[in-house]
Amino acid sequence: MRVSFQDAKHLISLVGLFAAAVGVFVILRAAVVPAGFGKYGHYRAGAIDDNRARAVKFAGQGECVYCHDAQLQVRDSGRHKTISCEACHGPQAKHVASDGKEKPAKPDVIPLCLNCHEKDAAKPAFLPQVVKADHYTGTTCSDCHQPHNPKM
Amino acid sequence: MVHAIPGVEGFMYPNEVELQWGLLVVVYPYITGLVAGAFILASLERVFRVEAVKPTYRLALLTALAFLLVAPLPLQLHLGHPERSLEMYLTPHKESAMAMFGFVYLWYLMVVLLVEIWLDYRADIVRRAQSETGLLRIVYRVLTLGSMNISPASLHVDERLGWIMTIVGIPSAFMLHGYVGFLFGSIKANPWWSTPLMPIVFLFSAMVSGIAGVQGIYMFSMWVRKKTIDMRCVDTIGTYLFYAFIIDFSLEMLDLLHRTYESSESFASLDFMVHTRLFTSQIVLQIIVGTLVPLAILAATQVLTLAEQTRKRMYATASVLTLIGIFFMRWNVVIGGQLFSKSFLGYTTYKLEFATREGLLTAGVLMILPLFILWGLVKLLPPWTEETAS
Ligand code: HEC
Ligand code: HEC
Ligand code: HEC
Ligand code: HEC
Repeated sequence: MRVSFQDAKHLISLVGLFAAAVGVFVILRAAVVPAGFGKYGHYRAGAIDDNRARAVKFAGQGECVYCHDAQLQVRDSGRHKTISCEACHGPQAKHVASDGKEKPAKPDVIPLCLNCHEKDAAKPAFLPQVVKADHYTGTTCSDCHQPHNPKM
Repeated sequence: MVHAIPGVEGFMYPNEVELQWGLLVVVYPYITGLVAGAFILASLERVFRVEAVKPTYRLALLTALAFLLVAPLPLQLHLGHPERSLEMYLTPHKESAMAMFGFVYLWYLMVVLLVEIWLDYRADIVRRAQSETGLLRIVYRVLTLGSMNISPASLHVDERLGWIMTIVGIPSAFMLHGYVGFLFGSIKANPWWSTPLMPIVFLFSAMVSGIAGVQGIYMFSMWVRKKTIDMRCVDTIGTYLFYAFIIDFSLEMLDLLHRTYESSESFASLDFMVHTRLFTSQIVLQIIVGTLVPLAILAATQVLTLAEQTRKRMYATASVLTLIGIFFMRWNVVIGGQLFSKSFLGYTTYKLEFATREGLLTAGVLMILPLFILWGLVKLLPPWTEETAS
């Protein structure tokens, strides 16, 4: 069959449609992909600066010891000596920056202790574990255990 | 005192106790398999010009499209955050097999399937754009993409281009589903999945499920429309199904033999799993009910001379059983691969939920949705040959 250009003309709109789709993709990509993407790796380069600009929330144990030597002594005398202050008290940069005026919230004792000590097969053997239902009597863990040195 | 975790037997690493990939990840390869299979069936008809199966050519294409549109949904639901899925296209990571799969999918949908359907239906679309009224007229007019030219010469151009698209489409469909097998087969930490045979096994099982799916949908729609089933057509498809199934089954048995003979350190553990936790889904549902029984039925239709009515019933039964069998093949791959510990010392259990984001209900809806889409597509673009002939 003899085919002229006229007979294939309808394909132009098909090609046009594809070109338009590719065009939309390219424009969308340019608009949506953040600047600096891929500069260092498969992420936005600016994310590093954003992270650096975030306020520090943890003060670090080295700060606490200036003012709370008593608690430090107690903690270091027991098996909690490897647990840093802010692991239980949460991030305290504000407390330190205000010289102690901004007071930390009291820890929610039961969930805090159970977070580490509730029996779970996945936990390492060196971590002492209790089953709350079997172990727990009284109002809260700190009725019997001193948090800083929990040995009975 | 050791506290047993419910459903866990022996030793499991903590991150293995709960399955990360559930039913939706089973549904996903099942659906893409139906797409690839239906398309390959349609393509073979076209490339090898098999007149007998013509009545299912367009139906197979529409089936492929309907299922392809739903294919990403199980993954979207499984992962959550559908708004982020676009990022896979915008900033793809070259080393991510899944990101590259996005492009295989897009290529297949936009370049292969839609173009092929459009070219094949163009004459019908133009005719309807002229004869329909109201909203439908507008829809068809848009679908013509602005050209009303259906001269024999222009249709000849469509025919040639469509043929080329089919040739391009076959490797694309192979890639689409082979890739799904590749995703599993390349997970080298998992001995249940990691085998280079995986893409090939997936591909052939896809063809089997696609052919069975189209066969079933064809027979069912003829029954609904109260039209006579073209026996020459279903007989031929039945033969295709039989052959494809034999190859698929041989490949799976080859894989099994190879595993058994090789007996690598994982074997005892996997073997135990197949005899216990996977017994119902693997031995009973996949191999016996979903493979041996339909193969026996199809073999009977090949060697015996049977009445038309009997053959119809046998084809329908074989199709349904095949679809069940392939579904459980996906199940056994996906779920089975997560039931044993990488330490080969323990086993866990998959707990199927019901009305949750990844539950049975969702999976059911996802399986039915393509049939509704297909119904809509069939209304818009009728694939029936009897009507175009009259
Ligand atoms: C500059 C000294 C200073 C430093 C450094 C400091 N604190 Fe304090 N902290 C105080 C003072 C003062 C109080 C007593 C406030 C009060 O009783 O009104 C206090 C009280 C507390 C309390 C008890 C709050 C209560 O409800 O009674 C906790 C808990 C605490 N600090 C934790 C920490 C931790 C953890 C750190 C280290 C990150 C830290 N502090 C560092 C000065 C300090
Ligand atoms: C294992 C968790 C844990 C660790 C680690 C810990 N604390 Fe505490 N701490 C507590 C709890 C719980 C309380 C509150 C007890 C209560 O409410 O009765 C507390 C109370 C305090 C108080 C209030 C006064 C007191 O003694 O009751 C201060 C001050 C304090 N901690 C400082 C520190 C410092 C400084 C460190 C690090 C050297 C530290 N804590 C480490 C759990 C901990
Ligand atoms: C951040 C995790 C963590 C939290 C929170 C924590 N513990 Fe501990 N606890 C440990 C670890 C770790 C050990 C054992 C350390 C070792 O032996 O090296 C331990 C040891 C103990 C012991 C055994 C002490 C002994 O001398 O035999 C007791 C009792 C105990 N914790 C009680 C508590 C109580 C009560 C709380 C809540 C106030 C608590 N723990 C909060 C981690 C934690
Ligand atoms: C009524 C007092 C009491 C209370 C309340 C209590 N304990 Fe104890 N706990 C004990 C005694 C006594 C022991 C030591 C005897 C033992 O080892 O069984 C102990 C031991 C432990 C041990 C060490 C177990 C081991 O294997 O070494 C942990 C951890 C512990 N308790 C955590 C907690 C936690 C967490 C809570 C709060 C949920 C809590 N306890 C509340 C009395 C108490």
